[in-house]
Amino acid sequence: MNTQVNGASESLASAAIAPPAIPVTRLIYWSLRRELWENRSIYIAPLAAAVVFLFGFIISVARSRYLHSLEAAHPHHGLTTPHEFAAGLIMGTAFIVGIFYSLDALYGERRDRSILLWKSLPVSDVITVLSKLTIPILVLPLLSFVITIATQFIMLLLSTVLLLGSGQDLAALWTQSSFFHVSLMLLYHLLLVHGLWYAPMYGWLLLVSAWAPRAPFIWAFLPPFVVVVVEKMAFNTTYFLDVLKYRVTGPEGPGSMTGNTPMDPLASLIPVKFFSVPGLWIGLAVAAAFLAVTVRLRRSRGPI
Amino acid sequence: MAVIEARNLRKTYGPTIALNSIDLRVEEGRILGLIGPNGAGKTTALNAILGLIAYQGELKVLGRDPWTERDRLMRDVSFIADVAVLPRWIRVSHLLDYVAGVHPRFDRGKAEAFLAKTTISLNSKVKHLSKGMVAQLHLALIMAIDARLLVLDEPTLGLDILYRKQFYDSLLNDYFDRTRTILVTTHQVEEVQNVLTDLMFIDRGRIVLTCTMEEFESRYVEVMVNPEKVDAARALKPIHEHQVFGRSILLFEGADRSQLAALGDLRTPSIADVFVALMSNQPGQAQGGSR
Repeated sequence: MNTQVNGASESLASAAIAPPAIPVTRLIYWSLRRELWENRSIYIAPLAAAVVFLFGFIISVARSRYLHSLEAAHPHHGLTTPHEFAAGLIMGTAFIVGIFYSLDALYGERRDRSILLWKSLPVSDVITVLSKLTIPILVLPLLSFVITIATQFIMLLLSTVLLLGSGQDLAALWTQSSFFHVSLMLLYHLLLVHGLWYAPMYGWLLLVSAWAPRAPFIWAFLPPFVVVVVEKMAFNTTYFLDVLKYRVTGPEGPGSMTGNTPMDPLASLIPVKFFSVPGLWIGLAVAAAFLAVTVRLRRSRGPI
Repeated sequence: MAVIEARNLRKTYGPTIALNSIDLRVEEGRILGLIGPNGAGKTTALNAILGLIAYQGELKVLGRDPWTERDRLMRDVSFIADVAVLPRWIRVSHLLDYVAGVHPRFDRGKAEAFLAKTTISLNSKVKHLSKGMVAQLHLALIMAIDARLLVLDEPTLGLDILYRKQFYDSLLNDYFDRTRTILVTTHQVEEVQNVLTDLMFIDRGRIVLTCTMEEFESRYVEVMVNPEKVDAARALKPIHEHQVFGRSILLFEGADRSQLAALGDLRTPSIADVFVALMSNQPGQAQGGSR
């Protein structure tokens, strides 16, 4: 409020006892660990998806070895499709976890009143909100990357073991999957699309989570739905729906949602192209605005 | 430097005035009890001091504006704003890890030493602890933080008498050291009477009484009046009167003690009795008291 007075008294206070400051990185580190303690689904859900997938994969490979026909007819599909499917499944699981995490992130602490404990500690609202944002835009993509790579590697090993002695070309199995190349594209997709392109979406979910007096899920999804319906009825247009669709499907088109993206031609993934899409920058600006409001809400909201 | 300094502190919720322009000054080394009925504005005042709500007027806590500098302020201020705000999902050892990670003035060894005296295991989750144990755990955290101001809002609500006694004993013996300041609100007034150094009554957003405990003891006196002298005693204008076992107990403010001594036994009134007397003498209150 009155900066001059603040400045004077600050020097007075700090002269009396200078409280050693904790570096921001350490505050964020512990805030992230706290999130992982509270929300174990962040790593359990993608891991479970991977385990379930591998289980299905073992059965399918064993059957195809037995039947033999599929492999012989479509050797390429037999190899790449399950890998894409694994990536898509793990990514999709992480995406859903991210949505539910964001909706609960600032609502749960108000519901269980623990916000009063967190606010009694020297961690600012900015750091709290940013570390909660880090989970869906960085932690979950990186986790799903690591889990996907591990899963795909296990798939290759399993295929190798199961196909041993079946007379099929094992070298082709390893070369055709182009492991390194695919991994790189997957990481690229996860960081850019899930990290940056979806940022405004997570910003919106966190904002609702910080604001909602109850039922954040409904508050997050009902207003956009109402806008779409009203626009359709009043003007018979679908601009808002198109904006939402564009945001969800991503700049690369609908393919990114089905898990095909990592297999897309490399040309469509050149960073220059991605960073020249105005939608990215508009999205980031919107995300920043949502987050600014979220920080203000976190400051003024108390337990429900 | 005053630890808390408020001038014209106001807070309204719609048409409700929670704090009506109060002035407040708390010096270092005091233990101030903020006493008032439900809805008097105690929690609102504490929330403003802790930077949990916006307010109008001037407020400085340790020289800082709590609303804009909450995170900086919390390096030097601890609070238990409510019993049982520790999240149920957290493990005791994780909670210690986290506080040690983010708080520059937290001494983990102290917290563990305190917990070692309890039955709380570091591996337990908060949801598996009883209410009393959760309060002990929170107290262990607070005691291990080298803060200059401790704010307690109903810290013992819902705890049994053993825990309540232990709570204040720990605070006084192991924590309070004259350079710290404690601000406490509670409905269990009798428990804090011997703990406080300062007293403040608050009602409907206004400060009704503020004094040190020494002033309180010299200002208010209670007389258990001998039956035949009741009329004489009433003539001295007691601020309150009540009956115990058929005998009248009259409460006087600023009266001449030698004069009263002739009427019966003198004693220091409880905070609760003075509180009831002052509140029932307020205009607009239903009970008339006795004048």
